[in-house]
Amino acid sequence: MTLIRTIGLTLLFLLAMLSSSGAGEADLRATIAKFATAKGFSDIGAVVHELTATGDPTVERPLSALADGNLYIRKADSLVFVGKEAGESVQLFDPLGSEASGEAAKDDVTKIKVNNTLRRVIRDALGTLTLGAKDPAARLAAADTMFKTPDASNIEPLDTAIAKETVAGVKALLEQARAASVLVSDRPEADKLAAVALIGTRGDRDAVSLLTSVESSASGAVKDAATAAIASINSTLALWDAGQNIWYGISLGSVLLLAAIGLAITFGVMGVINMAHGEMVMLGAYTTFVVQQVIRTSFPGLFDWSLVIALPLAFLVAAFVGLIIERGVIRFLYGRPLETLLATWGVSLILQQAVRSIFGPTNQEVGNPSWMSGSFDIGQLAITWNRLWILVFALTVFGMLLYVMKRTPWGLQMRAVTANRRMAASMGIRTPWVDALTFALGSGIAGIAGVALSQIDNVSPNLGRGYIIDSFMVVVFGGVGNLWGTLVGAFSLGIVNKVLEPYAGAVLGKIVVLVLIILFIQKRPRGLFALKGRAVEA
Amino acid sequence: MRGNFSIIAKMFSASVVAAGLMAAPARAADDTIKVGILHSLSGTMAISETTLKDAMLMLIDEQNAKGGLLGKKLEAVVVDPASNWPLFAEKARELISKDKVAAVFGCWTSVSRKSVLPVFSELDNILFYPVQYEGEESERNVFYTGAAPNQQAIPAVDYLMSEDGGSVKRWVLEGTDYVYPRTTNKILEAYLKSKGVAAEDIMVNYTPFGFADWQTEVSAIKKFGSAGKKTAVVSTVNGDANVPFYKELGNQGIKAEDIPVMAFSVGEEELAGLDTAPLVGHLAAWNYFESIDTPENKKFIADWHKFIKNDKRTTNDPMEAHYIGFNMWVKAVEKAGTTDPDKVIDAMVGVSVPNLTGGYATMMPNHHITKPVLIGEIQADGQFETVSRTPGLVMGDEWSDYLPDSKDLISDWRKPLSCGNFNVATGKCGGKGTN
Repeated sequence: MTLIRTIGLTLLFLLAMLSSSGAGEADLRATIAKFATAKGFSDIGAVVHELTATGDPTVERPLSALADGNLYIRKADSLVFVGKEAGESVQLFDPLGSEASGEAAKDDVTKIKVNNTLRRVIRDALGTLTLGAKDPAARLAAADTMFKTPDASNIEPLDTAIAKETVAGVKALLEQARAASVLVSDRPEADKLAAVALIGTRGDRDAVSLLTSVESSASGAVKDAATAAIASINSTLALWDAGQNIWYGISLGSVLLLAAIGLAITFGVMGVINMAHGEMVMLGAYTTFVVQQVIRTSFPGLFDWSLVIALPLAFLVAAFVGLIIERGVIRFLYGRPLETLLATWGVSLILQQAVRSIFGPTNQEVGNPSWMSGSFDIGQLAITWNRLWILVFALTVFGMLLYVMKRTPWGLQMRAVTANRRMAASMGIRTPWVDALTFALGSGIAGIAGVALSQIDNVSPNLGRGYIIDSFMVVVFGGVGNLWGTLVGAFSLGIVNKVLEPYAGAVLGKIVVLVLIILFIQKRPRGLFALKGRAVEA
Repeated sequence: MRGNFSIIAKMFSASVVAAGLMAAPARAADDTIKVGILHSLSGTMAISETTLKDAMLMLIDEQNAKGGLLGKKLEAVVVDPASNWPLFAEKARELISKDKVAAVFGCWTSVSRKSVLPVFSELDNILFYPVQYEGEESERNVFYTGAAPNQQAIPAVDYLMSEDGGSVKRWVLEGTDYVYPRTTNKILEAYLKSKGVAAEDIMVNYTPFGFADWQTEVSAIKKFGSAGKKTAVVSTVNGDANVPFYKELGNQGIKAEDIPVMAFSVGEEELAGLDTAPLVGHLAAWNYFESIDTPENKKFIADWHKFIKNDKRTTNDPMEAHYIGFNMWVKAVEKAGTTDPDKVIDAMVGVSVPNLTGGYATMMPNHHITKPVLIGEIQADGQFETVSRTPGLVMGDEWSDYLPDSKDLISDWRKPLSCGNFNVATGKCGGKGTN
């Protein structure tokens, strides 16, 4: 133990010696100062190379600042600083240390411009520099970068890193990065074959990408091995692709379910052809926007909770508007479907234009809370968090709605009024109020759907337009008046759509789905789950 | 005296209101010059076009503050064609025949422009069209102040092929399914092939208007990009569908360093609805960016914020196009000494006005203008940082040199040629583009 520790310490000491003797701080500062005179991206790239060539880990700070667009030149004295924007001024920090060096107005400093090529150069350079970082995540990122940008000169530092590495996951990736570098080096063929085999076990797209470039440049046994490895990876990937398409389908299905579930109440249960349904969704999305706006200005710490706070509010706003529509317009039009259609269409235009006048015609920014950003992998399946949460949310809403309809007195009254209005009225149920509350419930649910949809779509006055046709399609296909039908309808439409899309393309795929639905409705005019009995005839 | 007069005037006007209704428009036509604004203020296109209406109102206000035109005040006539293509033609007819406007500034989508073309040639009026478009058109009554494909698409692809742009070898052409993306992609495909790109290195895909579920498309792009060659996406995806597209790109972890997306329809306005932090480095090609640091642009932005009473509103490329178009029209009217459209059309060619990026825009004989081409990268604050700029101005080329049926065509509206589709091979005027 002690021996190992002593050796480790000596190594560290030696490394430190090496780096400090390789380039003194003054030299580094002199190099960094060259940013001020660099003209164009290639000059800046040259300075970056010069900095990374020193191998000094302290250059990470100015380089990552440069990649993030936070490296500034003060116009007065051409000194280079790491800057942090704060309103109209920029706080300046020393590029190597972290001491604050005062403030400057935005007009007094120039930002050093970077483009994608430079960002890539910096990322690759940082990869080598952060290989010895304390944080395993940083080492993992470094290994990943080095895997994607193999270079023969990487083999030695990687060998050192592999010997030191204790975390199994990082070590495996480091070995793959080493294998990738071996493939572009002039090592013997046996080494390269082993490398191809190792990369083949990775089994993902990055491996295919790397092996394809090896295949086109190598020859002999290595080329054959690469070809075989690509073929075997591709055959497993094809299976994963099918799985991925199903997942996309489920995810699209959950969006359709969310959009349609409110309509399943207003149209499905009550029989109101509600063209303003999409606008309820839009109102929910705008409520989310307002909530986030208030949180941003007054309680920035609550941002991750913004959606949870928006949910009840969106429900109340949309339900209230729904109530007004029912009391003000729809109750006079029961039993007159054509007039209802035209009237609710008019209401939808009024709501759209009202939102346009209040919030303006442009898109509003609704942010994703941190727990809804990014993705994770299961095998070769990439699952994005926002889609997963929307699926969970859609199923929860569905479950709750089912409970309300089937297990509460209010749900019983709703079903009673739908089944036989006059009988329900004679039993003492106040049918007008049940109508109003049912419509409000449907609208409110559309409102909370809007909260979820604001995470994946534009928040603009036109938001609802995109969902109204799909929603009707789901409800009609699933069977009017049946909540389970809506569930099954949404998911089957979603999956069929997404399985078709890679082959037929998005435009043709949508047409095919529509044609299939038309054919299906010809065969079963009442949809998948048709209501039976007297209610149908009423 | 003045008080007395105004009371008398009020009494007079009150008494003749009913009778005067007939005479009022005629008199108004004498002491003001009317300018028509034909932009959708409701419906799907309102998101983009409302801003242009406001920009025009601001320009007209400013001109009036400078003393108007030919000693008369300008008067804006705003109509709302409601994103409804046939209604565009109807409203255009109403502006010209009923309101007797001297010129019209308007349209956004190509289909709306196509729908008003016959009205403008029949009634002989002027349309200023401010949006980048697919080319393959040149009309006597239309002045195209937006970019033609060679002022946007071709230089953008050139940049991606250059070392600075990442030496891209594999291309995804992703677009919304309508005329502008289809024509632009046809031109780009022909151009890429002429540069030696193999057919299997080009993937073309179209999605419907307002498309919201991009999972399959983005994962297809990822897959196409993992062939060991540097890949880029050229996006002609239309306005509304962009937000979910970029959100999906960010969520699936496609970084600009790996697969950059070059967009032709994404400007500052579209980015306003997005958290741009995951999009830093994705590109757009335009002829104007709000971030351009020139005194003209700073003044324009300050005026815009003051006019719209909101410091957060952005400016964008089509607004600059209207700025240029309006100033050109003012200059041409002064040159012709009349607002008679026929004379103004002839006076327009050769008119040169400053643009907002520190250069000059000149109206060419083909009714297109000269523009600089700028490539910008999206920044975390929703603005674009210019990473490349054409050394000089690029002349708008209406008939693409890369399409077999239009490469022989030229357009020159000066006399004696006066032809929008002159075929240099056959020496005849006519052929493609004659509707």
